[in-house]
Amino acid sequence: MKRIRITLAITAALLASTGLAHAEGVLNIYNWGNYTSPEMIKKFEDQYKVKVTITDYDSNDTALAKVRQGGSGFDMVVPSQNYVPIWISEGLLLETDPGKMENFKNVAEQWKNPVFDPDRKYTVPWAMGIVGTVVNTDVYKGDINTWGIIFDTPEELKGKVNVVPEMTDVIDAAVLYNGGTKCTGDLTILKKVRDTLVKAKPNWVAMEYGTIEKMGSGDFAASSDWNGSAFRQRLANPKIKFGYPKEGFVNWSDNLAVLKDAANVENAKLFQNFMMDPENAGMNSAFHRYANGVAGSEAFMPADMKDAPEIKIPDEFASKGVPSQTCPPEVQELYTKIWTELQK
Amino acid sequence: MSGAAEVMETQARRDVRNRWLLSLPALLIILLAASGPLLIVLVYSFLTPGPYGDVQWQPTVSGWINVFLERDIFDETLSLADAHVSIFIRSVWLSLVTTVLTLLVGFPTAYFIATRPDNSRELWLFLITIPFWTNLLIRTFAILQIIRNEGLINNLMIDLGLFARPVQMLFTDGAILTGMVYVYLPLMVLPLYASMEKLDFRLVEAGYDLYATPFRVLRRIIVPLVKPGIIAGSILVFIPALGAYVTPSILGGGKNLMLGNLIELQFGQGRNWPLGAALSITLMLIVMVALLFYVRNARGSGVRHG
Repeated sequence: MKRIRITLAITAALLASTGLAHAEGVLNIYNWGNYTSPEMIKKFEDQYKVKVTITDYDSNDTALAKVRQGGSGFDMVVPSQNYVPIWISEGLLLETDPGKMENFKNVAEQWKNPVFDPDRKYTVPWAMGIVGTVVNTDVYKGDINTWGIIFDTPEELKGKVNVVPEMTDVIDAAVLYNGGTKCTGDLTILKKVRDTLVKAKPNWVAMEYGTIEKMGSGDFAASSDWNGSAFRQRLANPKIKFGYPKEGFVNWSDNLAVLKDAANVENAKLFQNFMMDPENAGMNSAFHRYANGVAGSEAFMPADMKDAPEIKIPDEFASKGVPSQTCPPEVQELYTKIWTELQK
Repeated sequence: MSGAAEVMETQARRDVRNRWLLSLPALLIILLAASGPLLIVLVYSFLTPGPYGDVQWQPTVSGWINVFLERDIFDETLSLADAHVSIFIRSVWLSLVTTVLTLLVGFPTAYFIATRPDNSRELWLFLITIPFWTNLLIRTFAILQIIRNEGLINNLMIDLGLFARPVQMLFTDGAILTGMVYVYLPLMVLPLYASMEKLDFRLVEAGYDLYATPFRVLRRIIVPLVKPGIIAGSILVFIPALGAYVTPSILGGGKNLMLGNLIELQFGQGRNWPLGAALSITLMLIVMVALLFYVRNARGSGVRHG
């Protein structure tokens, strides 16, 4: 009798760990921290009887490095658009063909056929936004629509500025600040970029990701940041404002993909389709406070998102955005060298 | 006669064999779990970095050259890699200061415990180990809560009217030092206590009987006798401090790196695994030098008990 029970238990454990092919079971998502609506996950779990586990990462490189080693145990990942081609060419993503899924009709027209994933063979839009600045306007009253906040820090903000250490974001910002174009291989510009960064660093207090909490608590008075994060900071403290750098800023998007070595492929596909439903996408936006690329999802977002200054780009800055893209390897190498030099 | 010798010899041989067999599991673990990964690290340090992390199987020594020398990004001149050297110096300096501070705090603590009555010593030792019950991350975040701009200390000082505005304590070298001293203190106290427990306090009394001042008793009697404990404690603090990762990255704000963070950077955003591997081995070499120093000094401490 006892032996039977043990056998049963082991069988159950084995079944649970292999991940069943039908919809009931588990789903392991590897995503940026503080980026997934718990209510939305709850809804998915109830609807499909799937237990969802979310693990955080804080940079594209961390996620890429971990998954490339294999055996990560994750089913889904949310890389930024400039990293999606790398994930695809490295053979890490499963071609799930979201472009043919039922809810694909809801994806906004301009996100249906993006350069980084033509015809949406792999990814589903998760969120999109802007890299800009956040400033506590109690501390600094001047113009916040400039990268000068970070690179020529005004007196009031010296020693209170944080920089989110996403390498490409920081160097792109410095390139734009010095009048270059994104992914430039122009050595005179890049030399200026290095000098700008090295000169600016003594005025920074930290290089961290946790801006939502630390801007709120007053540990930082300004930071480079993403607009949705800025939005959440303003909701906590109305004095925190998002700046659109007039020198130019990068528009990015993060995209939900299924890993090639996923154990729960069917559940992952269900989740991709689920995310293209306007109601679910809206629910997620209500949490992370970014736009999501699914048409009609606005109807399910809180009223304060419609005209939020972080979401609705002011006309004067609308032309300043440049799309995020993958830089050629030789430029990437120069970026990395500048970055290491900055880490002294 | 010869029969007895033979029996003894067989017995001895069997003993040796049994000892080897018994230590085989431990030896295997050391071989597989320590030497194996180290070999991989060593091999990787001589390979070419891959475009997105990982390595390509083309042997090169550029990883090692990059540890101390760097080619200027723009004019290709080779110069001292002052980014790395300054991080090395920073790490060694912060670890040394941590060691000295833990010694200054730990020595009186250990002395206090060693001079308690037998039955209460265990309680004091137990109290020393309590911080180990909580995860290192949580303890570090607790320090962050205390020293941040709107944290316990700043709020208290402002309420009392002592500070006009918050004093920046978080994200400084002082914050890193505070965190490391706190974390590594037990590692200093325990070996010091082990040495002091064996200390014959009659020698201390004898010193006083001969009209030695307290300072002289400390310098001429106690310190020489507990020197092995001081050295062991210092090594136990210095080595992990040198490779500390969590504390400097949380309390230092990720802006001023220590060696552990520099190595991590190479495996993440830096995408230069060979350099990371070479840096790791360099760190190990520094640790080995420190250990050799320990061995020489431990052997050299000629004062015997009793």
